[in-house]
Amino acid sequence: MAVQTQSPTGPTPTPTDAAPSFATTASGRRRKRTNTIMAVVVTVAFLIALIPLISLLVEVVVRGGKMISWDFLTTDMAGVFGDMTTGGVEHAILGTLQITALATLISAPIGLLAAIYLVEYGTGRLAKTLTFFVDVMTGIPSIVAGLFAVALFALLVGPAYRSGLMAAVALSVLMIPVVVRSCEEMLRLVPNELREAAYALGVPKWLTIIKVVLRTSLAGIVTSIVLAIARVIGETAPLLLTVGIVTTVNTNMLDGRVATLPVFAYSQYAQDSQGVGADRAWGAALVLIVMIMLLNLVARFISRRFSIAEK
Amino acid sequence: MSKRIDVSDLDIYYGDFLAVKGVNMAIEPRSVTALIGPSGCGKSTFLRTLNRMHEVIPKARVEGKAVMDGVDIYGRDVDPVEVRRQIGMVFQRPNPFPTMSIKENVLAGVKLNNKRLSRSDADALVERSLRGANLWNEVKDRLDKPGSGLSGGQQQRLCIARAIAVSPQVLLMDEPCSALDPISTLAIEDLIAELKADYTIVIVTHNMQQASRVSDRTGFFNLEATGKPGQLVEMDDTTTMFSAPSQKQTEDYISGRFG
Ligand SMILES: Nc1ncnc2c1ncn2[C@@H]1O[C@H](COP(=O)(O)OP(=O)(O)OP(=O)(O)O)[C@@H](O)[C@H]1O
Ligand SMILES: [Mg+2]
Repeated sequence: MAVQTQSPTGPTPTPTDAAPSFATTASGRRRKRTNTIMAVVVTVAFLIALIPLISLLVEVVVRGGKMISWDFLTTDMAGVFGDMTTGGVEHAILGTLQITALATLISAPIGLLAAIYLVEYGTGRLAKTLTFFVDVMTGIPSIVAGLFAVALFALLVGPAYRSGLMAAVALSVLMIPVVVRSCEEMLRLVPNELREAAYALGVPKWLTIIKVVLRTSLAGIVTSIVLAIARVIGETAPLLLTVGIVTTVNTNMLDGRVATLPVFAYSQYAQDSQGVGADRAWGAALVLIVMIMLLNLVARFISRRFSIAEK
Repeated sequence: MSKRIDVSDLDIYYGDFLAVKGVNMAIEPRSVTALIGPSGCGKSTFLRTLNRMHEVIPKARVEGKAVMDGVDIYGRDVDPVEVRRQIGMVFQRPNPFPTMSIKENVLAGVKLNNKRLSRSDADALVERSLRGANLWNEVKDRLDKPGSGLSGGQQQRLCIARAIAVSPQVLLMDEPCSALDPISTLAIEDLIAELKADYTIVIVTHNMQQASRVSDRTGFFNLEATGKPGQLVEMDDTTTMFSAPSQKQTEDYISGRFG
């Protein structure tokens, strides 16, 4: 039952009776030339876009690479002074992992639940408001997130309080909107037919969401969360405000400053921008970039391995 | 395990839009009822009200009664989820769960509801349902392969197996063959003829031959004009409907002089 649609302007095109000819015409040659030019322009633009990226990677690998050693990765900065070239980033690696993990623990459930609300339940004004605030939150400068966490904990605990938890809260402010937005997209990709199929089997809505919607979009959701982690793991400003830097490992997330890779790089460079401080900063930068690349690889692996072949 | 449904004065709305008006219909147990009519007259809408799937759509609502064995399924303390367990549905496009194997798809109604089933019971249920849907011989060697790897016709029979695995009283089918080739269509029509022994079946179809082949009674829906609500014009035994309908519009529609 195809619906006949008449084009609004002019009569319906009809094939001409002339014998078809596939010989190249003048306009055909012009089209080919334009095509070639466009292909060249696009390729050149792409290569130009690659230049800063590649030179950055080369720079980090060359400068940071010479610092990387087992010692650098497994010692902290305790007892390292002045021009001493010993010391390493162990405490900063651990601190970055702890704080990011805690931030993920806070952001992933909140972000995912908010996305579920928006996709599965939200219809009225509340959903619109929530979407609006998520959009606004996406644009919050990271320093503001850090100030927010400082102010919040100053109210709750006291003005001198510093802890990994504080940093995780600051990072969550940045991470939650990213998780909400990308999970929302993943959930909307689940065809409505699957929800209806479950309802028609007498499955209640909440079980449908858990066992059909979340299960079907699992790969996408995990990928979203991993990419959101990659997005905040290199943040510096909020960490500078909330956990600063220390020279040793601090595994207590509820009390005391914690070293992190970005702040470590910053503080080393700030102390000594010519000598060993700069070298350590590049070393930390390389470690951080490798971590982010690993996260991206994990995300790719998950989305390859667990995504369902679309029919 | 099949029941009759008596629908009286059913008005179906999407928000403020009255889509179907004043349906009175008796659906007999252990028989096939076909619903025919031009596109947009509300066949799917009406069918979805029979298992309370209509209200899944935001702002959609229903007024009137649909009584199954003495109980109004739109009664105050009736749980729509419970209604859907007893009145199964097969959709126009086959929709097996892509994350599940063939076997898991058949067991979906049980598993998704967190019900436990012993291994042997589960295997027996899978075999019984797949046999019931005439699919067992084709898939018995690959029960653990994904359901989405089957052909369209096999997927649709898988969906039928999934629907009958929860032992409903009634089976609703919305154009179950419209995405299928003639061979698969015949397979499903044969299946409907067999399922009739145990289930009350309501099927929406655009195919007159199909309606006359599979159904015992036929209802004809029509629109007075575009924008007006759809109505049940006439309902009768299929043989009567196709040979001597009492309404002129029915005759026009069935003989193809219309729509
Ligand atoms: N989700 C919806 N929201 C609003 N209106 C709808 C919705 N679904 C259907 N309608 C309207 O309800 C009326 C009946 O639609 P319905 O899908 O029931 O027709 P149908 O008889 O099944 O048609 P077809 O034979 O093409 O499947 C139509 O006017 C349609 O536009
Ligand atoms: Mg329809």
